[in-house]
Amino acid sequence: MKFSKRYLAIGAAFVSAAIVTGLGLAAWLVYEPPIAKIRRPSASDFDRNLVVRGEQLATVGDCIVCHTAPNGAPFAGARALPTPFGTLFSNNITPDEKTGIGTWSLAAFSRAMRQGVARDGSHLYPALPYEHFTHVSDDDLEAIYAFLMTRQPVARQAPENQLLPGLGFRPLLAGWKLLFLRQTEFQPLASESASWNRGKYLVDGLAHCGGCHTPRNLAGGEESGREFAGGVAEGWNAPALDETNPSAARWNVASLFAYLKRGSDSGHGAAGGPMGPVVEGLSRLNDADVEAIAVYIDSRMHPAPISGERAVDAEPAMDNRSAAAAAHPDADLLFDGACSGCHAPRAPMNLNGRPLLSFTTDLKADDPRNSVQALLQGIAAPGEKGAYMPSFSGTVTDRQLADLLAYARARFTDKPAWRDLEATVADIRKENAE
Amino acid sequence: MTISINVNGKDHVVEAEPDTPLLYVLRDDLELNGAKYGCGLGQCGACTVHIDGKPIFSCLTPVGLLDGRKVRTIEGLGSVEKPNIVQKAFQDEQAAQCGYCIAGMIMRAQALLDRNPSPSEEQIRVHMQPNLCRCGTHARILRAVHRASREISSATMDGGAQ
Repeated sequence: MKFSKRYLAIGAAFVSAAIVTGLGLAAWLVYEPPIAKIRRPSASDFDRNLVVRGEQLATVGDCIVCHTAPNGAPFAGARALPTPFGTLFSNNITPDEKTGIGTWSLAAFSRAMRQGVARDGSHLYPALPYEHFTHVSDDDLEAIYAFLMTRQPVARQAPENQLLPGLGFRPLLAGWKLLFLRQTEFQPLASESASWNRGKYLVDGLAHCGGCHTPRNLAGGEESGREFAGGVAEGWNAPALDETNPSAARWNVASLFAYLKRGSDSGHGAAGGPMGPVVEGLSRLNDADVEAIAVYIDSRMHPAPISGERAVDAEPAMDNRSAAAAAHPDADLLFDGACSGCHAPRAPMNLNGRPLLSFTTDLKADDPRNSVQALLQGIAAPGEKGAYMPSFSGTVTDRQLADLLAYARARFTDKPAWRDLEATVADIRKENAE
Repeated sequence: MTISINVNGKDHVVEAEPDTPLLYVLRDDLELNGAKYGCGLGQCGACTVHIDGKPIFSCLTPVGLLDGRKVRTIEGLGSVEKPNIVQKAFQDEQAAQCGYCIAGMIMRAQALLDRNPSPSEEQIRVHMQPNLCRCGTHARILRAVHRASREISSATMDGGAQ
């Protein structure tokens, strides 16, 4: 009895010590000091060339897409970002002193970008891809800071986030970072070209391509070891950018450049869904950086040189109309009435350099999701200007849409029919409505 | 072939190929000339009508698709003598310059207001985006939608029906 009591006391002491140490460790992990406010810098405090460079870098980072509400002032935030964990609202990153980052020093800005900690010391949600921005160089962060601090200050407070119960408690994010935030500096590879290294630096860092093209685990972190294996973004598939890339026609530097810079490539298709705003941004980026991204992505898709490489133009346009029409007679009529004005061979759109349906990656993909989305949501023109693909959501029923896609797949590709198409259409339509 | 369609609550039987655009049937066979042919490619919205309450481009809608579905055109809203609230609001704001786009604009606005009688400025702008006005009366069109929204709200409060 005596002994056991004594053991109990020692045990209790150990447990208490462990709890205290644990709490202390947790507090140490969680606690980030506030960084003192500064007086808002004026535009003349920054070198003009630095601001111009910052504009290009901010374009690579696509800051404006998440940090601008629909029809809202640029960079003033308040855009709803739906996530599996609830809806976040982006912050105002104009130099407004009250609602924006007007009182943030360069040190505070750099900490937010690299460590996901706001000026006041609170942890930021990883919707801000700081696990990518951690690779951005000091010089580049300074340029982006100069660019943002010389924008028009706009007073706009973002609405409160609407997260699942408990997740509004920001100190939890320190744990997330412990698991998923690796703060490493970019290391160039001497064995690769300058353009490849520049591309890797941009892709891994500011461009945060992996944010969509790398699958995420249940905690919302990018799965380690599966970089660029393909992910999902806003209800669209973000195709794999590694050697499992599903495109039937081989991508190369020239076609990647065309797609990224102009929003579509005649051998693969047009950027749809969340990729639309990305290419809209890249259209304003200097050619050398877009080319560098293309060089690096191409190397990821083709780690080993491929012999007997097939050029896009060598692939014949496919059009099995009679067989497709025999199998799907209603869809043949539907295609004629609804689609052929743009998508029939020799329609004006094709003459404009837009891809034929037989070259469209999404129609050849194993998963029909992006084709369904293109019809349900349409494809916005870059920058919401110019010709676009209208939504057919209100025009066709689920059954008609499924029939139409089955027809298009049979007519313009040699791939096997998609299965359970009507149920898939119904599911995706329901998702879109949520 | 013979096709039956329901337009503005009335069943019609027309002779047409099933891939004929609904727009042509509305204008040529049913003499409902409100909806206009603009681009024929779903880029301008001049041909906008409703199917089952949703705004669609009738130039891209084959008439053979419409079995069992309900089409509504601007003629189904009101008449010259008795315009409905949205039509009246467009008149009051003088939203038309040449007027070619207006039937489509009204139908698109009507679809929004049927679903949400008090939309925000942002919701109106996003919703109206597919429809173009080459004369540039967009500012008046937006005012007209706001006016219609206000009038629907006050009509509802007075116990009247839209």
